[in-house]
Amino acid sequence: MSESATRLSVFKTYKLYVGGKFPRSESGRVYEVSDSKGKWLANVPLSSRKDARDAVVAARKAFGGWAGATAYNRGQILYRVAEMLEGRREQFVREVADAEGLSKSKAAAVVDAAIDRWVWYAGWTDKIAQVVGGANPVAGPYFNLSSPEPTGVVTVIAPQESSFLGLVSVIAPAIATGNTVVVVASEKSPLPALSLGEVLATSDLPGGVVNILSGKASEMGPHLAAHQDVNAIDLTGATEGDLARDLEIAAADNLKRVLRPRTEDFTESPGTDRMTAFLETKTVWHPTGSLGASGSSY
Amino acid sequence: MPTTASAASAFADVTASDSALRRFLHGLPGVDAVGLEARAASLGTRSIKTTAKAYAIDLAISMIDLTTLEGADTPGKVRALAAKAVNPDPTDRTTPTTAAVCVYPDMVATAKAAVAGSGVKVASVATAFPAGRAALPVKLADTADAIAAGADEIDMVIDRGAFLAGHYLKVYEQIAAIKAECGDRARLKVIFETGELSTYDNIRRASWLGMMAGADFIKTSTGKVAVNATPANTLLMLEAVRDFRAQTGVQIGVKPAGGIRNTKEAIKFLVLVNETVGEDWLDNHWFRFGASSLLNDLLMQRQKLATGRYSGPDYVTVD
Repeated sequence: MSESATRLSVFKTYKLYVGGKFPRSESGRVYEVSDSKGKWLANVPLSSRKDARDAVVAARKAFGGWAGATAYNRGQILYRVAEMLEGRREQFVREVADAEGLSKSKAAAVVDAAIDRWVWYAGWTDKIAQVVGGANPVAGPYFNLSSPEPTGVVTVIAPQESSFLGLVSVIAPAIATGNTVVVVASEKSPLPALSLGEVLATSDLPGGVVNILSGKASEMGPHLAAHQDVNAIDLTGATEGDLARDLEIAAADNLKRVLRPRTEDFTESPGTDRMTAFLETKTVWHPTGSLGASGSSY
Repeated sequence: MPTTASAASAFADVTASDSALRRFLHGLPGVDAVGLEARAASLGTRSIKTTAKAYAIDLAISMIDLTTLEGADTPGKVRALAAKAVNPDPTDRTTPTTAAVCVYPDMVATAKAAVAGSGVKVASVATAFPAGRAALPVKLADTADAIAAGADEIDMVIDRGAFLAGHYLKVYEQIAAIKAECGDRARLKVIFETGELSTYDNIRRASWLGMMAGADFIKTSTGKVAVNATPANTLLMLEAVRDFRAQTGVQIGVKPAGGIRNTKEAIKFLVLVNETVGEDWLDNHWFRFGASSLLNDLLMQRQKLATGRYSGPDYVTVD
């Protein structure tokens, strides 16, 4: 008998990714995740509002350092994420195939597209400022400069159907520009998201920049939308009933930026929309210092 | 209630000489460290929710000695702190005031003016805080200076060097001298700096020493060393004040200070108080928290309870 036949199987415990650590849900709850044919895959944490609260605290703590990092540094780190994903490609192909009921070759195409998307956004980190910021012409002896600044802590309700490519397509643009995020993964297929946490933990990404929760958007969403320390909310995956509308109302209280759900084909080239959605423009004036009669304005 | 003077006379024979004092303090029962920590930890597991939590949060706010003890303290910073003590949450006027503001002696006059008419007291550290390394006349002058500037409470540090060297009578006499200086004008809190006393037995001895010498409050720490207030050392001191009242009838306050940063921890301390010494101490006349950042967390939790929404650091002051 071969050695492998006698081995006991080693199941993986899927856990949350919060503040750079892998906690179970504070509530102790789990729920069952099955593949597209209904076969059991794993038990994953059913996060509570307190897990969401802890995730926001972690994201807020990480924000200063991440927003203050140079764009070049952020780009390096995002590229590193792509490198790490490439190394675990087989695992993600399997998880995406199970989650979305795709053939192996189609799942592989999805994973490749997701890895390429990280690389694409990694390249944008030090270019977005030139595209949406710049020097404004003014009629006076001043420079007038606009620069894009990250909004802050962004809550993302991840797409329900596209469990990996969709997920990457909503996380990467938000963090590329310096935001930190709290992600509520697809309820039905959270495994690729939870595995992504393991990749992010080994990618030089500071803990707390991305926090991944599995569970019900309808349970955590209202608390995250009403949370006074969350600056923006992406409702892409809030497709259930009136959830998006309710969350938008709750989000209005502290003037959160809201990205409403829309039909999106994640396989297409994404454009810069998702980056600019969570950027704020800061405009500063500065004397030019050389226009006076004496050659100086001072 | 018996006065402190009668408590002192009850221990007259104990404090007559260094050797008698040593015999008494070393004759106190030894502390079961494992049992103490287990007891403190088990009391920390109580779940305090809804209305009980709301009560605990307001009680904890009312027990805070809002503290700033930095070399960089300016009159402006002290006034800002005092304003916060008087009106912790400007968006909700039902929030109680804190018990006191705690500052260095030279800032007492500024603080006193800023809290005038609010009922918030001014506590001043004294006696060469935080090290306590000065001669007795200097410590007395430091204390007199703070009281003259209007301090309602004096937080003195004991001479840990003398205590650890076994010169208990010296420590006793210093506390008694400072107490005499305070008289009826100010309540005296005695800081043991439990993080420097090494053992639980020493904390118990220091507690009795301080209480016999006339402390109105016994306080864990200065907040300037690595280990500050912990549930275990606070529980030990609560047991000491409980036993002291049982023996002499004199009630002494307790003040854990340093390292208590969030609501959950503060509520654990309140559970300790309730379970160890009872409701008599659940009042800011008998129990205080020495803290600064704790207040912001209490306010955020209070806002959460009031509105149902999680609050954030944008809605409290930056100190």
